[in-house]
Amino acid sequence: MRITRDEVLHVAGLARLEFEPDEIEAFTGQLAAILDYVAKLEELDLEGVEPMAHVHEAVNAFREDEVRRSLPREEVLAAAPDAEEGCFRVPKVIEA
Amino acid sequence: MDLTAKPAHELRALLDRGELSSEELTRAYLERIDRLDRGINAYITVTADLALEMARKADVRIRRGEAGPLTGIPLGLKDLLVTRGVRTTCASRILENYVPPYDGTAVRRLREAGAVFLGKLNMDEFAMGSSNETSAFGPVRNPWDPDRVPGGSSGGSAAAVASGLAAAALGSDTGGSIRQPAAFCGVVGLKPTYGRVSRYGLVAFASSLDQIGPLARDVEDAAWLFAAVAGHDPLDSTSVDEPVPDPRACLVPEARGLRVGVPREYFTEGLDPQVEALVRRAIRVLEEQGAEIREVCLPHTEYAVATYYLIAPAEASSNLARYDGVKYGLRVEGGDLIDTYRKTRAQGFGAEVKRRIMLGTYALSAGYYDAYYLRALRVRRLIAQDFRAAFETVDVIACPTTPTAAFRLGEKIHDPLQMYLNDIFTIPANLAGLPGISVPCGFTDQGLPVGLQLLAAPFAESVLLRAAYAYEQAAALPPRRPPLERRSP
Repeated sequence: MRITRDEVLHVAGLARLEFEPDEIEAFTGQLAAILDYVAKLEELDLEGVEPMAHVHEAVNAFREDEVRRSLPREEVLAAAPDAEEGCFRVPKVIEA
Repeated sequence: MDLTAKPAHELRALLDRGELSSEELTRAYLERIDRLDRGINAYITVTADLALEMARKADVRIRRGEAGPLTGIPLGLKDLLVTRGVRTTCASRILENYVPPYDGTAVRRLREAGAVFLGKLNMDEFAMGSSNETSAFGPVRNPWDPDRVPGGSSGGSAAAVASGLAAAALGSDTGGSIRQPAAFCGVVGLKPTYGRVSRYGLVAFASSLDQIGPLARDVEDAAWLFAAVAGHDPLDSTSVDEPVPDPRACLVPEARGLRVGVPREYFTEGLDPQVEALVRRAIRVLEEQGAEIREVCLPHTEYAVATYYLIAPAEASSNLARYDGVKYGLRVEGGDLIDTYRKTRAQGFGAEVKRRIMLGTYALSAGYYDAYYLRALRVRRLIAQDFRAAFETVDVIACPTTPTAAFRLGEKIHDPLQMYLNDIFTIPANLAGLPGISVPCGFTDQGLPVGLQLLAAPFAESVLLRAAYAYEQAAALPPRRPPLERRSP
């Protein structure tokens, strides 16, 4: 197996996901099958081939640093799960 | 006269001559959606009031003689295109109630063109899927056979255009998500060059691969819709400032002198014999029109699916980190903030989206980055170089869009790898950033549509559209509509 149950649990933690025990089993098998398939890329000699992250290999797109109108705060907050006094409201992060 | 069977350019003529109002046309579409969409499930949200309001405004504009090519034409939008005031779900529970405060650039351009929005179209969740079965709003049925999939991820867009539930539609294509459903449903689907259409307001899946494009009844409609949304946008720094082709210059039924490359790597085992026969016949049609057919070699084709299923999930795992239950979408409260993130994402995302986030997170994680992600980026360059070399000797490449016609619902959904392999002929164009189009080229003995795929060099949409138009006009396939009315009660 290219990936173990423990690695799947580790990756789930990194990705901020959680699974039921039976889901973990299914995912481990499916991920292992996909990783076996993508191992096909190991056949190729890639010596000297530069990675291609982007087709246009764009250089930075600069613009003037001008003040522009942004989205209306009320409309943005209206789409939030919880908001108060013009801010997103989240569970308490810092203990008093 | 059935209005919903006509291509948009014919409706244009009726609207401009005053023989039809956009309001009448829009009512005809809304009535048909109301009557038939229960059996197709192409729409997640139908915006009837908005559509009629847009239609009445379009009628004023048409009467004043100020109509553009799309003014008053009823369109559908894939539900990952952000629409101001209209919920945009991405076919996901996590965005089920999200009403965006802005329009994406392509949507804004269509609004300014005076188009009418019938509603938001079903899709695979976050565009991750090839069958529309990963939608949180239920699968879409193929209009030609309700037991079969419409393809994905723009399955709702393709099914709506094929069944007369929209005159045309916008979709998006990350690994074939416009072209594959277009082929499965018997419509035209165009994926523009990467950078042609602004991605601002396109909910991100894999940012180096995603492109917005049209699904339409014919090449002419696809060309007009493409031209309406294409062009540089300062809000997307990867959009490119290249002149947009004028559809009138592309819609010339002339293939004389066109050099058409046929890649032998696309005609291998796994290609259905009926699909192969129809695609080869289509290539002969181009040859009879004076095109010069040459064999080309794309030796790294067999590595494209593996490359894609590392790069796309890696980008997706990063893009989808934003769904944290803070700024928009679902929140499921947990014991603390981290637990809230986990519970929100565990309940909000479906199985395929989680699988890709996991695969991408793994491929990017410490110890695996070089072996998986970086290796895939290197192979991506080899694939792009194959095409660059081929386009030194040919103008377009002709091949099948898919290895088979539409498969059955449930046939591949439990075997992710089999589902992924279905994208084998469409993925390479995304990895190389090329424009591609799927044009209907006939039906199998089972009555299922088959698509001819044409690919061109970056920003050569004018050549691509000319080749597609020349084929379509010369082939002149008899018009055929899916047997929907017979099925409805």
